[in-house]
Amino acid sequence: MTTEPAATNEHNPRDSLAPLRGAITDWSSDQRSFKSASWGKTMMWIFLVSDTFIFSCFLISYMTARMSTTTPWPHPSEVFALTINGKEIPLILIAIMTFILITSSGTMAMAVNFGYARDRVKAAILMLVTAALGASFVGMQAFEWTKLIREGVRPWSNPFGAEQFGSCFFMITGFHGFHVSVGVIFLIGVAINVWRGDYDTGRIGFNGRRGRYEIVEIMGLYWHFVDLVWVFIFAFFYLW
Amino acid sequence: MDMELTGDATSLEASHAAHVKAPAPAAAAHGQQHPIKLYLVVWTALFVLSTFSYLVDYFDFHGYLRWFLILLFMMMKASLIVAVFMHMAWERLALACAILMPPLAVLVFMAMMAVEANYTNLARLTFFGAGQ
Repeated sequence: MTTEPAATNEHNPRDSLAPLRGAITDWSSDQRSFKSASWGKTMMWIFLVSDTFIFSCFLISYMTARMSTTTPWPHPSEVFALTINGKEIPLILIAIMTFILITSSGTMAMAVNFGYARDRVKAAILMLVTAALGASFVGMQAFEWTKLIREGVRPWSNPFGAEQFGSCFFMITGFHGFHVSVGVIFLIGVAINVWRGDYDTGRIGFNGRRGRYEIVEIMGLYWHFVDLVWVFIFAFFYLW
Repeated sequence: MDMELTGDATSLEASHAAHVKAPAPAAAAHGQQHPIKLYLVVWTALFVLSTFSYLVDYFDFHGYLRWFLILLFMMMKASLIVAVFMHMAWERLALACAILMPPLAVLVFMAMMAVEANYTNLARLTFFGAGQ
């Protein structure tokens, strides 16, 4: 065996079992199971799976609290409404935050593309745009928190209904906002490296290794995951 | 794989040396590059789907229709993000299984906690009356 088995995707299109056979061969091969993903990408995916479980636990405990309380749950549509020009619009800030996060995911996806195309200026600019959108998302979340805290929402009580509402809200959105903040910092760091051309010149990074443009894709995985979690929070916490 | 079975010790050693010398495994060079247009289409789709899910609240749908629509738009958005933005559609099945199957256990956990929450609710209603 001169090299590890090549990851071949060319098979008979009519052979519908071929991907399954490929999966079994990949898993039982002796060197690496994930042939289309490098160790960096695989480790990010595995981290994201563990993060999925953390957010799932938050959302499931929220479900348990909401289902078991005998006091009516506050109506999110009214709690998160904003009054604009004397008219109360339900959930409008949350909708804007959703659109901002989706937009940032779009710019991130394009940054990955330009990174692999070795177009480092475009990749760096798109990453910085992503970071700016992420920062504005966190800013809006801070605004939302301030508004609710002024209205008397606390982790142990609130004027709208069931007491568990506050703790669920602060835990879930706080943990998500923390993820966005970490992502913004991480994004700015990678964007600087890309801008400087570190991945072309082979500059040694802080971990004593040369980076590759793949880090942009790995960064992208994290960022899209943050967007993905927001999709679930938006559906279960704000819309349900 | 067949070659490994038939190869003798020396050729295995030689191949091992060759593997170590190789600059990077073939898989590491596997970059994900797709047409920008695809990303723009998905981006637009996510915008439209988010608008739809917002409209579910705006038009104040209730009951099963509301829950069904929320879950439908949520799953469509989540699939688009994972498949296209996170490139899962182009990864091999071995990775997709390893990443996407474990979260299914969450559904079991959710079902268990739903039963538990129902029981707690029933107990509270029975012993403490219907709220304050």
